[in-house]
Amino acid sequence: MLPAFLSPELGLIFWQLVIFLLVLFLLAKFAWKPILLALKEREDSIEGALRMADQAKIEMQQLKAGNEKLLTDARLERDRMMQEATQMANQHREAEKARATAEANTIIQQAREAIQTEKNAALAEVKNTAAKLSLDIAERILRRELTDPAAQTQLVDSYLKDVKLN
Amino acid sequence: MKRLLSILLCFVSLSVFANEPAGEGAKAEGFNPGEMILHHIGDSHEWHWLATDNGNFTTYLPIIAYRPNKGVSVFSSKHISNGESEGPAKEYDGLKLDHEKLVSTDGSKVYDFSITKNIAALIGSAVLMLVIFTAVASGYRKNHGRAPKGIQSFFEPIIVFIRDEVAKKNIGPKYERYMPYLLTVFFFIWFNNLLGLTPGAANLSGNIAVTMVLAVLTLIITLASSNKYYWAHIFATPGVPKPLLPIMIIVEVIGIFTKPFSLMIRLFANITAGHIVVLSFISLVFIFKSWAVAPVTLAFGLFINVLELLVALLQAFIFTLLTAMYIGGAVEDHHDADLQMGYDDGSASTHVAH
Repeated sequence: MLPAFLSPELGLIFWQLVIFLLVLFLLAKFAWKPILLALKEREDSIEGALRMADQAKIEMQQLKAGNEKLLTDARLERDRMMQEATQMANQHREAEKARATAEANTIIQQAREAIQTEKNAALAEVKNTAAKLSLDIAERILRRELTDPAAQTQLVDSYLKDVKLN
Repeated sequence: MKRLLSILLCFVSLSVFANEPAGEGAKAEGFNPGEMILHHIGDSHEWHWLATDNGNFTTYLPIIAYRPNKGVSVFSSKHISNGESEGPAKEYDGLKLDHEKLVSTDGSKVYDFSITKNIAALIGSAVLMLVIFTAVASGYRKNHGRAPKGIQSFFEPIIVFIRDEVAKKNIGPKYERYMPYLLTVFFFIWFNNLLGLTPGAANLSGNIAVTMVLAVLTLIITLASSNKYYWAHIFATPGVPKPLLPIMIIVEVIGIFTKPFSLMIRLFANITAGHIVVLSFISLVFIFKSWAVAPVTLAFGLFINVLELLVALLQAFIFTLLTAMYIGGAVEDHHDADLQMGYDDGSASTHVAH
């Protein structure tokens, strides 16, 4: 036989079970549920706030980096544009120069050609005039000279001389 | 405060001693510490607050008895209780008390559902818990989303500790379902341990019936939430050779019951032992019949009392922690599929073939 304090009493088992389960039910419904829910809500809100702060920090860093990138890009763009402009100006100048030179050359060429033509024309005219003159002179001379046979001979001789010379 | 407690405890015990010779005069056989201690840690049908030379301050509690032949009878225990004095057992309605055990005079069977001292203390602690924790809960409604205040800020770290360190760590992701039980069991044991240290109060959490009910509830919750891995571990322990299985199954099945049994005995023994030690030191005064031992009694009584305050919290924590661990073992999913296959030759060989 167990001593009294070692043997569980039926009445106490019954009441302990009933009252403990009642307390468990009431506390679960009216205490633990709202308490645990409130704790969780608060933890979530704190965690959310912390996460948002972190995100804001990252976003700000990103913004700052973005600004810097924008600035760098703008600077690069400016440099590039200036370079391009200079290059274009240079190109333009070169082209103009080339065009002017070409034009000048063309004009010179044309002038040269014109001169040549003029010259040729002039020469032709000179030749024609000279030939006409010669014919005229020859005609006049012939008309005047061929009356005399000696003169005729002299003339032929001179022609012959000329022919040789030629 | 604790010194006061010890003095009060001393005083209460003193009155018990002083009362005995007053009541029985010639029959006084001296002080019997064993009887006194067992009386103090045991249950009774009346609540004896304290005794003075002028009499006892006792609250008589209701007797509720069920007899299969006579039905239920309810009456005050003052009709059958002798209080602190010795004497022939009083009889009422065919019932009498035999060393605080309710028996019928004709020897027929009696089921005792009386509101004894322990049950009165149980109801008191239940009401106290309800009042305190609904107050804590209302704090969360009032300070919604804000920092805790007052009683709420005292209990919040404890609740969070039970949730984070006991439930989450030992049960895992399914911990939320078991939080109400773990919290209730923790605070129930802690409150009753502390109330049990109060002079004149009942030794409720040091009563084996109370710890048995708590342990059985833990067992029921563990079994109700067990999954197939839990039973697979018991009936086909991984890594055990087949010829050994019959022994292992017996060992594992016994293990299901030894766990809650150890919970029951641990709490009961710790709290009861604490009470016995405190009462023993106090008894020294009466054994030596000298006030000279009072300093020793006080010093040791104070020391043990402070120690018991720690044990009160510690035992509540251990009971809750072990409950969480047992539940955690029952709901745990096994991740090591290899070990699960280990006991089956077929799958083991296919596994190797892979």
